[in-house]
Amino acid sequence: MLRAAASDDLPSAIPDRTVRHRLAGEDLIRYGLVAVFAFVLFLFVLYPLLHVIWRSLLDAAGGFVGLANYRRYFGTPAIAASIWNSLSVSLLSMVITVALAFGYAYGLTRTLMPCRGLFRTVAMLPLFAPSLVQALAFIYVFGNNGIFTRATGYNVGIYGAKGIVVAEVFYCFPHALLILVAALSATDARLYDAARTLGASPLKTFLTVTLPGVKFGLVSACFVVFTLVITDFGAPKAIGGKFSVMATEIYNQVSGQQNFTMGATVSVVLLIPAVLAFLVDRMVQRRQYALVTSSSRPLVPARRPLADWAGFGYCAFIAAGIAGLYLAIAVYSLVVRWPYNFTPTLRHYTFDTVGGYVPLWNSVYVAGLTAVVGTVLTFVGAYVVEKCRTGWSGVLYLLAVLPVSIPGMVLGLAYIFTFNKAGSVLNVLYGTLAILIISNVIHYFTVGFLTATTALRQMDAEFENVSASLGVPFYRTFWRVTVPMALPPIVGISMYFFLNAMVTLSAVVFLVAPGTELAAVAVLLMDDAGDTAQAAAMSVCIIAIGLAVRLAYWALMRGVSRRTQAWREPRESTTLAPEPRP
Amino acid sequence: MNVAAVRPAAVALEGIAKKFGQFVALRGITLSISPGEFVCFLGPSGCGKTTLLRIIAGLERQNAGVVMMGGRDVSALPPSQRNYGIVFQSYALFPNLTVARNVGYGLETRSVAKAQIEGRIDELLTLVGLAAHKQKYPAQLSGGEQQRIALARALAPAPALLLLDEPLSALDARVRQSLRHEIRALQRRLGVTTIMVTHDQEEALAVADRLVVMNHGVVEQEGARVEVYMRPRSPFVARFVGQMNFLEATAGERAGWARLGSVEMRHGATEPIAAGTRLTLAIRPEEITVGAAVGAENRLVTRIRAIQFLGSFTRLSLALPDGAPALECDVAATAFLGLGAAEGSELALSLRPEALRVFPAAG
Repeated sequence: MLRAAASDDLPSAIPDRTVRHRLAGEDLIRYGLVAVFAFVLFLFVLYPLLHVIWRSLLDAAGGFVGLANYRRYFGTPAIAASIWNSLSVSLLSMVITVALAFGYAYGLTRTLMPCRGLFRTVAMLPLFAPSLVQALAFIYVFGNNGIFTRATGYNVGIYGAKGIVVAEVFYCFPHALLILVAALSATDARLYDAARTLGASPLKTFLTVTLPGVKFGLVSACFVVFTLVITDFGAPKAIGGKFSVMATEIYNQVSGQQNFTMGATVSVVLLIPAVLAFLVDRMVQRRQYALVTSSSRPLVPARRPLADWAGFGYCAFIAAGIAGLYLAIAVYSLVVRWPYNFTPTLRHYTFDTVGGYVPLWNSVYVAGLTAVVGTVLTFVGAYVVEKCRTGWSGVLYLLAVLPVSIPGMVLGLAYIFTFNKAGSVLNVLYGTLAILIISNVIHYFTVGFLTATTALRQMDAEFENVSASLGVPFYRTFWRVTVPMALPPIVGISMYFFLNAMVTLSAVVFLVAPGTELAAVAVLLMDDAGDTAQAAAMSVCIIAIGLAVRLAYWALMRGVSRRTQAWREPRESTTLAPEPRP
Repeated sequence: MNVAAVRPAAVALEGIAKKFGQFVALRGITLSISPGEFVCFLGPSGCGKTTLLRIIAGLERQNAGVVMMGGRDVSALPPSQRNYGIVFQSYALFPNLTVARNVGYGLETRSVAKAQIEGRIDELLTLVGLAAHKQKYPAQLSGGEQQRIALARALAPAPALLLLDEPLSALDARVRQSLRHEIRALQRRLGVTTIMVTHDQEEALAVADRLVVMNHGVVEQEGARVEVYMRPRSPFVARFVGQMNFLEATAGERAGWARLGSVEMRHGATEPIAAGTRLTLAIRPEEITVGAAVGAENRLVTRIRAIQFLGSFTRLSLALPDGAPALECDVAATAFLGLGAAEGSELALSLRPEALRVFPAAG
């Protein structure tokens, strides 16, 4: 195919346009789907984003002021400090999280230490809690009235950068761990055999085989943690005190001072590191392919008592820390007054200040619908982009992966600008549960979309051609073949949407209205109002629901894999990852 | 003959051109395939054969040219309206559907009675000899069985045309051989016009009525398989279809003679060639005469450089006296024993004039 076009037969003699096919009825459906998907992405991703950028160029009265807001932002030390605060906290959390998670992942995958399953499960706990719950737990232990502070009389000064970093490390730990476990599992035992036969020392083997093999995983973990931290709102809000980061600065400007233009300005600046991290990660990941080939042999760790027990000690220490935090939350919610009166009580579970269980049921309702809408939209969207090749595919793909780099706060603010406009048709959505669902779907769109895309790309590209040759319309094959084959990733995507919609705070904090309160927001409000025990109780409810759904998912997946066992190739592997990753 | 002329061609291509960006994949292909014919598109990878098949199928859209099927211009029709069945190299069986549901896939959307569909499924599964596997899933079958199911699925709606895109490439050698005979027998029985794309010349020779040898987006030669094998029109075809020895020579004074080193050779070309013109003589390994049958004409004495024992025949690598490239010669295993030759020993041979083809000198 590399042969250059022969000079005697100029390609220009052949028309550039291909012969057009007559449109069949199913083509109208096909193009209709493309149009709907394009419309959704435009209305809920691009248009709101442009709104924020435009708003940052206006003054409070709506007059165009160019870059004046940015000059004021960078020129006001109190606000500008949030940039460096954000960057330093994010970088520090990134380094600590990835380093800790690497050791943990190494223990899980490369040693035969006892309790590996338990350690794996415990490390996943933070996925089920809003980020601010980690911060609350640290306050309960190390805060001014924390149990540790009370017991020892020593105040570590948890409020501020220190607290944010430790809370973020715990919050991001499972995210980094999942990536690193996957990276460390995908290795070729033959490389280690070769290193051993060549007489390499364990250290040299580690430096020349293990580390190069997981470098893409390490890079990916770094970017994921960095993005999670810099866009996180919950933990800095709860434990940051006067230490202002960009996400809390947006909240302060908008909710505290009603300064929407400055909120928009900080948002645009916050977009930059998030988008950069995303782009660099994509570029790095593109080079990752073919590290593990079909002839690779998986590495089976050997029994090494010293390494096994060292790994056990390390993982037990971290797992105990994570478990301890959640235990603290649970106990806090179940006693009369932590840390003074440990009499058990259920009275914090009345949630009288936020209207009882309404926020929790709202959350479950929103998360459930987010799962349904998000799964349908990402899967059909990925199908439209992958299988209905049109000139729009490239643009649609870009728009579909863009949301991952939009921080939640920015998305929330963008939706205010877009949907809270008197007189606009779009205003009907404002203040409804629908807009919460939409914002969640878009906020977590990319991972679902990429998971669906991967699943679709693994299918034989000729399925659609075969059905076309048999005169079967594409939508019938989609329903009879594509969807059943992709059932495991589809269930995984819905799981991912549900869990994240349960715990998210950043995008929805701007969008909740009277009657549409959500559980995670209620935790924030109750904590702000001083009802810390009720905040803890609500956190426990969120975690419990997440765990219950996760368990149901596990049972469902077992059912799915049993039912589809007959036609699946035996090499189908099951991972313990609770969520799909891009 | 007259009847065939009246009936429109099953497939007729006129000036099909296709480019991908600046790469020209097909340069104006014109071709006609008669009803019931089994045609092979044969060529190396990247020659455009699969692109041509996909244009016929409507899965790829040509930049120029017309596709006719049974006298009807289908150039602008989407695949679903062209009435053909297709089998891909990857089988593309639906893994979540049973064998029966796969075979019935194309029938179920048409308004056909359920009992009739089931009857047709049984009929086709019997035809490909897999009736016993009706309720199994594709993953439970071997590669060869899967390909037969794919064939049955493609044939189920009784299409006017069967397209096979490298259908045997993913199978191992033994299965490939038996399956190609089955495909051929099935095609004969059903009489369905069939186009198969392959890069395997042996496979093409084994099954097709007619070969279309392609290279760099053009048809190098088309014709009956024996015709293409015996009278290749270019060195490319000669080399690609079967084995061929090439010998550099110059045209001699006498018409029909050429000088090969110090030896004068009579060759098969009839048209006059100016004396001294550089030529390439070509002869197939099995056409070289050795042993008792060696005549005086076109006689050469060579030395055996290497002997490859290949079962039913033995391939000799022969060094010519003046150091020209080695000559490959195939001798039936039994005949080889009669020669009593060993590596290093001398071997006399003759090149039959009728078998010596003449091409212009390369480059």
